[in-house]
Amino acid sequence: MEIVISNTSGTPIYQQIFEQISAQIIKGELPSDTSLPPIRTVAKELRISVITVKRAWEELEHAGLIYTMAGKGCFVAPLQPNALDEKRSQLAGEKLAKDMAYYKTLGLSLEEIIAMLKKDYEK
Amino acid sequence: MEILSVQNLSKLYPKFDLKDVSFSLEQGFIMGFIGSNGAGKTTTLKSMLGMVHKDGGTVSMLGMDFDQHELEIKQHLGFMFGGVDYYAKTKIRSITEVVRRFYREWDDSIYQKYMKRFALDESKRPSELSSGMRIKYSLVLALSHRAKLLLLDEPTSGLDPVARDNLLELFQEFIEDGERSILFSTHITSDLEKCADYITYIENGRIIESRTKDDLLQAYRLVKGTSEQLAPVQARLIANKTHAYGFSGLIKTTDLESADHLEIEAPTLEDIMIYYAKKEGLNE
Repeated sequence: MEIVISNTSGTPIYQQIFEQISAQIIKGELPSDTSLPPIRTVAKELRISVITVKRAWEELEHAGLIYTMAGKGCFVAPLQPNALDEKRSQLAGEKLAKDMAYYKTLGLSLEEIIAMLKKDYEK
Repeated sequence: MEILSVQNLSKLYPKFDLKDVSFSLEQGFIMGFIGSNGAGKTTTLKSMLGMVHKDGGTVSMLGMDFDQHELEIKQHLGFMFGGVDYYAKTKIRSITEVVRRFYREWDDSIYQKYMKRFALDESKRPSELSSGMRIKYSLVLALSHRAKLLLLDEPTSGLDPVARDNLLELFQEFIEDGERSILFSTHITSDLEKCADYITYIENGRIIESRTKDDLLQAYRLVKGTSEQLAPVQARLIANKTHAYGFSGLIKTTDLESADHLEIEAPTLEDIMIYYAKKEGLNE
């Protein structure tokens, strides 16, 4: 498991942790039933508050990506390949919807947005 | 379990009073206690510990009422007030020899472990130690009697950034087992932005906020705009500062309206303190 936190990115820290771990789960880097480290250890290692890590874990659980076993900690949820694909498009869709709202406030047309996405993807 | 609970604490001085100070802390967390100079941080801590006589309210620690179980509670408490005034010319070894006798749960192996880790030499005298070393020494004493709750007044002030960072790492280690908690006052808010779980903010003897750090920071927004934009929003601002080209102000997130069209930023703890102090007229 890898987590890199930026204090200046403007994205809340719990969100950064959520995005990075969910990406690692969806890409299969963290396979089903892998145990996640204890919340308090993660907080100490990353030098952030326990509550922030707890929030990220809660979001992961809410998204169905991890599950909790009382007294044993959290584990990566067993997801079938098609469920992984579904999660992938769901997460990407949510992010895209936010970005799209921003592009619209900038007054970009659909064609302009597509052209920019294409250019960025091929970079 | 609540490891610390302060309810309606009050203390009256001729020109200053603490009024209805209430907050509580669960086991396993770090709470930062912030406020301007003279806001009542040290008075609160001292009233909690009976170092000054409180005029009202109740304090409980480790599930026990402080007034009724003071000695028992102090067996499990580590506290430190700014400036560690041990006998400056006595060897550390002798000071430790005195302190350890007071504690039933004193553990020499823990003591030796931390003395080694902090490179503290028992044959030195407090007068020969830097302020960072003196703070570390008093923390070693607190850790060696297996304190469950640390109450620290300005433990990081006077330390350089590296020493502060080491100390914060130690704090996080201390709470890692989920059983022990720390309350520490400071005005170096960047330390808290890193590691604190909860923030209690006092101004003018009154608690303004006591909640999780993440919620606190989410509850406020810093707004900026032109002089013309100020009038419609001013009544909703906690305080504002104007300059030749516009204004900036602090607002509760729930009071924001999208029609305001202002620049909106996430505040730091320092921003929140500055605007509240302005509201209270403390900087005039």
